[in-house]
Amino acid sequence: MITVQASDFIRILPQEILSAFAILVMVFEPFLPSSRKVVLGWFSLLGVVAAGAAAVRTSYSLGPAFNASIAADPFSIYFIALFLLVAALCLLGSFNYLQRDNINHGEFYALILMGTVGMCFMAASTELIMIFLGLEISSLSTYVLAGFKRHDGLSNEASLKYFLLGSFATAFFLYGIAFVYGLTGTTNLMTLSERLSRTGTGGTPLLWVAIVLMFIGLGFKVSTAPFHVWTPDVYQGAPAPVTAFLSVGPKAAAFAVILRIFLGAFHAVGSVSFQMLWLSAILTMVVGNLAALWQSNVKRLLAYSAIAHAGYVLVGIAAGSAEGVSAVLFYLTVYALMNVGAFILIAPIAGTGERALRVEDYTGLGYTRPGVAACLTVFMLSLGGIPTTAGFLGKFYLFRAAIHAHLIGLVIVAVLTSVVSVYYYLRLVVVMYMREGQPQATSEPLPLALRVALATSVIGIFVLGLFPLLLKKKGEAEASPRHTKLAQVR
Amino acid sequence: MTLLQIAFFFLSALALASAILVITRRNAVHSVIWLIVTLFSVGGIFLLLHAEFLFAVQVILYVGGIMVLFLFVVMLVNLDVAVKQAQFSRQWQLALATAIILMAELAYGIYRGHQGFTLAQTSAVPPTIGNTQAVALALYQDYMLPVEIASVLLLVAMVGAVVMAKRKLE
Amino acid sequence: MVPVSHVLALSVILFGLGAAGFIVRRNIITIFMCIELMLNAVNLAFIAFSRYLGDPDGQIFVFFVIVVAAAEAAMGLAIIIAVQRNRQTLSIDDLDSMKL
Repeated sequence: MITVQASDFIRILPQEILSAFAILVMVFEPFLPSSRKVVLGWFSLLGVVAAGAAAVRTSYSLGPAFNASIAADPFSIYFIALFLLVAALCLLGSFNYLQRDNINHGEFYALILMGTVGMCFMAASTELIMIFLGLEISSLSTYVLAGFKRHDGLSNEASLKYFLLGSFATAFFLYGIAFVYGLTGTTNLMTLSERLSRTGTGGTPLLWVAIVLMFIGLGFKVSTAPFHVWTPDVYQGAPAPVTAFLSVGPKAAAFAVILRIFLGAFHAVGSVSFQMLWLSAILTMVVGNLAALWQSNVKRLLAYSAIAHAGYVLVGIAAGSAEGVSAVLFYLTVYALMNVGAFILIAPIAGTGERALRVEDYTGLGYTRPGVAACLTVFMLSLGGIPTTAGFLGKFYLFRAAIHAHLIGLVIVAVLTSVVSVYYYLRLVVVMYMREGQPQATSEPLPLALRVALATSVIGIFVLGLFPLLLKKKGEAEASPRHTKLAQVR
Repeated sequence: MTLLQIAFFFLSALALASAILVITRRNAVHSVIWLIVTLFSVGGIFLLLHAEFLFAVQVILYVGGIMVLFLFVVMLVNLDVAVKQAQFSRQWQLALATAIILMAELAYGIYRGHQGFTLAQTSAVPPTIGNTQAVALALYQDYMLPVEIASVLLLVAMVGAVVMAKRKLE
Repeated sequence: MVPVSHVLALSVILFGLGAAGFIVRRNIITIFMCIELMLNAVNLAFIAFSRYLGDPDGQIFVFFVIVVAAAEAAMGLAIIIAVQRNRQTLSIDDLDSMKL
């Protein structure tokens, strides 16, 4: 007989608070006139802050909950804090956008909150059923958010493509789980890990097939090559603040699941996971960076850059050491700051209906809107990995972990492709500062909420770039010994 | 060959034949009808495997709920255009090859993996309680939290479906 | 008793048919039906294993897969309606306005 205690509910407190706020947003929605819907946005932001406070409370009563299907450990608290940060930045970046494009409905805020709930459950669960449900909650809300401009053909198309390929990927993930269940008789990651290492049957071909199937499913979510085909279209068609959300949130959540499953539960069969991660990392970095070189649309350029960054993260995961995990955690936060910042900044530059999205539209932006151009430059330099920005240190830690794990070939590819990537990031900067001309972009002043979000991202990038130990020390504590087994097995 | 096995082979053949018809019919309404046949046959196999509760769920929820929804939407959208459009992608050989490779890999894994199944302890004791009772006990004791979280999922789906399908939002 | 390998063979073929249909077909609604086929293959595998292991947990998973399939169907069909309303097409070939 399983009893549920009060502590169980405290261990999922952030998720509960977010769900409650999402429901309240939907309850208040009909009572507000459409001109004042932004109130719901600020209310949602309050919910995110409250969930942050709840996460602090949860961090004082760590432990398993609900029959070991939830693990409130430092790892999950770290990810929950990251998701809350992303949600807050995207909310701040969306207020003005929604009003301008006349899609200011309360459902948007509710869906952002519920999507965050799903991601939190993905990172905090140690039971495959819960991971699956969390994945579906976050996926379903992002499918709708991608199509939130309901009368815009591109947005519809993005939503449909994301939905069809996302469901396809989910089927693969589920099939993998089915075989894992058949082999081990459990869907709990703790029991799974224990049974696999006890019997030492790392060699069953069926288990390899199951691992590959699960990786295909998660690979779609993090957009690793060759499962990245949906990414550029979806990122381009979705409203810019939503792109910011889904280029970071579901991706980081899927990485959390990959860490828990492949480095945690399956460490006994590390060699298969390793070969798969290695191959996928190389393909992703090469495909993402090379394809980004040819893009003329800024959103598509950033989409391919997001694919490439997934490849760098996979390098850290392939290292399989505690150092690698800690580098991955650090990098995901840095990536969240710079990618969310870049996407929410694109929205005001592109203007109503997102018309000015070509690289040429940025001509002379450095003179007409110096503040905006300076922010965008910081994001581009950080994405390109220029020293003093956090993007540089993030990559440095990832590659160092890989070198310590003797993955020299992987690091060479990673460094070469990131050098290539500097070209397309700097192209945008050059267009903004080095070319004369009247920019096509609109020039309305930035709203306060957006300024706050941008300032947070820019300051975050420099603080983490100059004083990384503020977060890195924490990251090392999160990388619990469960994740260190892969290197030894290999 | 026992009666059970004959029933299994009959249902499998039915499921596969109707699945092939689902993916080859030009008219989406026909596809839906054949999918219903597939779902019924798969449900029948559930019954043969003593998953009586899920057989009921399959018939009531899948066939009765999801497929009726499909039929509604198929009727709602303009099918006359769709029937005249190209039905198959030009790279169908590629697709077929992918699917065959996938199936071959899985089949190999299962063929080689037989001994691996011993990993999980098989309980030799026959179940003393009925299937529905066993599922209910597991669902509301061990898996209480997923049941709760499924409500969040359904809420998302409800809000999402309204947002996407409604003509005009307030 | 039906051997587990027979049920798994059926499941694998159903999954393969669904995956092939997903790639080959051009009609969005049929593509979506192929996903349902794949999910049924998954359910079949779960139930076969659950029966073989004498453990009800696999059936719980199937229950949740069906719940999720219902949620996905409601949302997916709503998205299809929105697309059809704006673009007047159900063919995936016509939805390529973002290619360079």
